[in-house]
Amino acid sequence: MATLTHHESATAEQLVVTDGARKTFIAIIVTGVVILILGILAQVLGWGAAEHGEAAGHAAAAHGAAHEEGHSVLIKRVIVSLWHSNLFFLGVSTIGTVFMAINYVAYAGWSVMVKRISEALSAWVIPGGVIMLIIFLVGRHDIFHWTHEGIMDKNSPNYDAIIAGKSGFLNLPFYLIRTIVYLAIWAYFSWKLRQLSLQEDLNGGTVWFHKSINASALFLVLYAVSSSMSAWDWVMSVDTHWFSTMFGWYVFASWWVSGIAAIALTAIFLKQAGYLRALSVNHLHDLGKLMFGFSIFWTYVWFAQFMLIWYANLPEEAVYFNQRLGGFEGRYTFLFYFNIFINFVFPFLGLMTRDAKRQMIIMKIVCIAILAGHWSDFYLMLMPATLRGENGFLIEIGIAAIFLGAFLILFTRRLASASLVAVNHPFLDESVHHTT
Amino acid sequence: MTKQFALGIFEDEDVLLHAVENVRAAGVKIYDVFSPYPVHGIDDALGIERSRLPIAAFFFGLTGLSFALWMQIYMLGFDWPMIIGGKPHIGLPAFVPVAFELTVFFTCHGMALTFFTITGLYPRFKVPVMDVRATDDKFVMAIELDENSSQFPRLTQLLRDNGASEVNQKEMTNN
Repeated sequence: MATLTHHESATAEQLVVTDGARKTFIAIIVTGVVILILGILAQVLGWGAAEHGEAAGHAAAAHGAAHEEGHSVLIKRVIVSLWHSNLFFLGVSTIGTVFMAINYVAYAGWSVMVKRISEALSAWVIPGGVIMLIIFLVGRHDIFHWTHEGIMDKNSPNYDAIIAGKSGFLNLPFYLIRTIVYLAIWAYFSWKLRQLSLQEDLNGGTVWFHKSINASALFLVLYAVSSSMSAWDWVMSVDTHWFSTMFGWYVFASWWVSGIAAIALTAIFLKQAGYLRALSVNHLHDLGKLMFGFSIFWTYVWFAQFMLIWYANLPEEAVYFNQRLGGFEGRYTFLFYFNIFINFVFPFLGLMTRDAKRQMIIMKIVCIAILAGHWSDFYLMLMPATLRGENGFLIEIGIAAIFLGAFLILFTRRLASASLVAVNHPFLDESVHHTT
Repeated sequence: MTKQFALGIFEDEDVLLHAVENVRAAGVKIYDVFSPYPVHGIDDALGIERSRLPIAAFFFGLTGLSFALWMQIYMLGFDWPMIIGGKPHIGLPAFVPVAFELTVFFTCHGMALTFFTITGLYPRFKVPVMDVRATDDKFVMAIELDENSSQFPRLTQLLRDNGASEVNQKEMTNN
């Protein structure tokens, strides 16, 4: 691993995505497809049905056959899994731009070394957004209870007074407009900041930097609102009866810490492949601190939501945790505790010491744990409400692997399309000489 | 007990950093450097070992957490059990905020007190200061001299060669 000496400055570096790397990405997709097929077979042939067949029966009864609509359990599982993984990857992808925008607005110098990684992370925003719209248009009945026919119609047998009361917000045209607006904002600003950054590489000067700051400031205001609202729309509205004022922050915290973990993990892989010569252990240390801090932040938001609901014990609120903690024959109980362990206890103890944050191997393990942990956090948000105990892991993990492979292909393509170092960034030197 | 110090006064942070490197390379042991603000990289340049304060902090935190949990479990679970909101006597989620606060409380107070004790920065009437200008706009490098200050002329030359704007000798009493 080449590292710069004190007095050198960073120069442009071009990433070459090797055939080996491309094969790995394809292999991830193929593995995903294989796991998906195994999962579908397991579902069709009823493997493991003996243990939880009864649970599923109960769940279906509890759901009420009256407004059961949409597809079979198998198709439903596939559609909800697509929504789940896409939501996770789309959110993480957007965090690339958010991270960069925050660093611009804060006039942060240290992060210039990982700036291109965060730019490239947002390569998934447009494909992810398109996939999201397609899944919604095709499979919304399987994901969202409130889209069911007649649920807001007083004369229908499906009528649900509580959901009907939310029709001002949760109706199809408004929902679609909102979704498109969020995605358009995210896609536009990730494109805009990327263009400004590439222009800076070509032309130099500080004008691009100042333009980026203006764009970032505007984006952050819009993102603060749109991330919170998108969490209500895309995640919270699957539990249509339920609501929580913490939810926007909770989802954002999950995306945010995963996004930072993704940036840190990429930086480590690039460094170990011999790129990013000026990236030092000090940059990793700072990324590690952010991961440590925001894991605690996630826990704080998670616990604030949990404790208030637990203490007040109001039926319309407590149902959320009833389902996840002991509900559906205890199917989610393990995951509930695992979620706290992998997303709080593990990063908290793992990244506590300075030495841990400066060890690539420990950082790698914690990054992967955080990414997997927050993927399962989204699993826990979505599955109990939509599949009600009828979901498993094979289909879900298979689809996640397919998304991961596709995500990595686009991510590395964008990483390779420009220098890995933003050579004309005014704070580049500060980043090169960063010490912690 | 009194000690003699040679004080090199520097105007600039970068000059100081290079001077520290050169003085140490010349085999002189630097007692300490005083600056108006934290200088990045000075710890490495001076060869100062990492502080072990974080380890102390961890144990202060652990003490605070244990104390908070013990206090609440003993009080609400055994000493004076009360039913509050229909929750169990030992309802752990309700104890978390207090446990968190006391962990932070013990950690920060324990760290501050440990830090002040070890560094000798605790409040007192007569404060030993090498050079008051180090609290304003000057950087002061202090080098301890032996009994009869025989190295002072040589050190003066060395410090001046490395960019010191002035070199003084100062006698400090006690620590």
